[in-house]
Amino acid sequence: MNKPALLEVSGLKTYFYLENKKVAKAVDGIDLAIYPGETVAIVGESGSGKSVTSLSIMKLINKPGKIEAGYIKFSGTDFTPLSEKQMTKIRGNDIAMIFQEPMTALNPVFTIGNQIIETLVKHQKLTKKDAYTRAVELLKMVGFPRAEETMREYPHQLSGGMRQRAMIAIAISCAPKLLIADEPTTALDVTIQAQILDLLNEMKERFNMSILLITHDLGIVAEYADRVMVMYGGQIVESTSTTQLFEQPQHPYTKGLLESLPNIDNDVPRLGAISGMVPPSYHFPKGCRFSDRCPSAMEKCREDNPKLVNLTDEHQVRCYLYEGNEQ
Amino acid sequence: MALQEKELMQGTEQDVILQLANVKKYFPIKGGILKHTIGHVKAVDDISLHVFRGETLGIVGESGSGKSTLGRVILRLLDPTEGEIYFEKQNISNLTNRRLRATRRDMQIIFQDPFASLNSKMNVGELIEEPLIVQTKLSKKERTAKVTSLLEKVGLRSSDRLKYPHEFSGGQRQRISIARALVLNPKFVVCDEPVSALDVSIQAQVLNLMADLQDELQLTYLFISHDLSVVKHISDRVAVMYLGRIAEIAPKHAIYHEPLHPYTQALLSAVPAVDKKKAREKIILTGDLPSPSNPPSGCPFRTRCPKVHDVCSQVRPELTDQGNGHFVACHLYK
Repeated sequence: MNKPALLEVSGLKTYFYLENKKVAKAVDGIDLAIYPGETVAIVGESGSGKSVTSLSIMKLINKPGKIEAGYIKFSGTDFTPLSEKQMTKIRGNDIAMIFQEPMTALNPVFTIGNQIIETLVKHQKLTKKDAYTRAVELLKMVGFPRAEETMREYPHQLSGGMRQRAMIAIAISCAPKLLIADEPTTALDVTIQAQILDLLNEMKERFNMSILLITHDLGIVAEYADRVMVMYGGQIVESTSTTQLFEQPQHPYTKGLLESLPNIDNDVPRLGAISGMVPPSYHFPKGCRFSDRCPSAMEKCREDNPKLVNLTDEHQVRCYLYEGNEQ
Repeated sequence: MALQEKELMQGTEQDVILQLANVKKYFPIKGGILKHTIGHVKAVDDISLHVFRGETLGIVGESGSGKSTLGRVILRLLDPTEGEIYFEKQNISNLTNRRLRATRRDMQIIFQDPFASLNSKMNVGELIEEPLIVQTKLSKKERTAKVTSLLEKVGLRSSDRLKYPHEFSGGQRQRISIARALVLNPKFVVCDEPVSALDVSIQAQVLNLMADLQDELQLTYLFISHDLSVVKHISDRVAVMYLGRIAEIAPKHAIYHEPLHPYTQALLSAVPAVDKKKAREKIILTGDLPSPSNPPSGCPFRTRCPKVHDVCSQVRPELTDQGNGHFVACHLYK
């Protein structure tokens, strides 16, 4: 990758200050880069910090949470010193976001048309009339055959899949360079999920967007992402190309996850479950955060947290098993 | 219909624990000032099937297909509008609640959301003990012994007895739900999306536990889920539901390797493949599931079917036998 990164995140730490003085280290030192036109997935279980990572990129962290360290650079602009007002100009314009539950993300008291027009008028400085025409075009593009009617409809009149299409129409209205999709299809049925993921891919090509896909579903990662980062305990434990991750997973957690997945193509008599559960982010085990669930844990693992090391230029893993193999 | 029922019965040497004959569940839609019934949601629309003792029958379908309603009707948590339910050869579709009580010991349910299905004001011991108080005459000491042994069986500690549901994670709560469902030694358990709210690593733990318990206690499961991979893993046979009807029912391998119904084919193709080499050609269905209050005439799937032809809008396809226990409701197969 010689091209400059579109998004560069370095040393990002987002902590939440809870009652009784507990500190939840939801994101604890994340580096990532997204290049133009690629789809990067962050995969992890609940509590791994994947959603907080995406919210931190948009600087959408409110009290009791705080971005403690690190910088976020987007097309060369450092977000760290930007004010809320400046960030508002970027959100929805250069970076757009779609969420899991489109019913809560859309405003129930405004029509779909209103919500798309609002974005266009605010960010693109279009007149109301031009914005209307553009909004109808966008709705047609995302698969509303009766776009003019849909403009007048409210979110509750649409089905889940249609709401997510409307969300996508709003998200792409300003032709963003980066789309953050946080569990975009988790609330949808599998046939509708296929439609939406297909649509996202089509929009990605059309607008030459990059997509940051946040998901817990390894199947979606396998089919739609170019690169993937596996998160555990607020940190990246493995990062590589999608093909490499599924063919040669290295981290014991990644291996465990893949084995615990019921696979529609292969039969296994018994799933390989990972014992125990994800530790809460205010109480990680000492040493490697996966050590108390890891089948290959050594003494060293319970003492110090390993660093993310390069196995190859495109494959990083955070595990002592690969110490000495790094480049 | 009687003929079809006979066909379903034929060649079934195995022991049938549960049988449904033309079961329907319609919910009235009330409207107008006087709240007259202005229509019906046909959540379960004429379903006949049987479940063999000791097997797991998976029920898959999208939201609104009627799979959860079916599970509740089988347990008589909802009363069927029409049709008969036979549990161990006894017709339970018209039994009064009092007479149902004995049967209910043998039939239990595990729900999807372990946060909503456990009473937050009862501790774990009380939660698991409650069915024993209602259904048996065991002494306090015997009940406690039973609770303790079950807790250990589902992978919790006996000391967890005194804790409350909020002190547990989702996976552990689902273990409590399982213990509560199994405390009366049921023969048949309806599992309604039991692992859908859980993370994959925890989901695998619970699925393994359910499989172990099935072997150990010789349970029969009706496993309802929207997740085709999970259903494939745990089931012996699978029924695919669409708008309150069964589109296809067959042994697991037939459903997943030689699906006949265009809906089953589309559904399977839509599942993202983890193994890229086995990536399937996707059949992307257009549109959403039609409303079950106003289903399409003829075949309910015809509005989204890529292989639709004239007869589909006129005649409703019945389940037809394609051999080896494979039944499909589609005009393409005679």
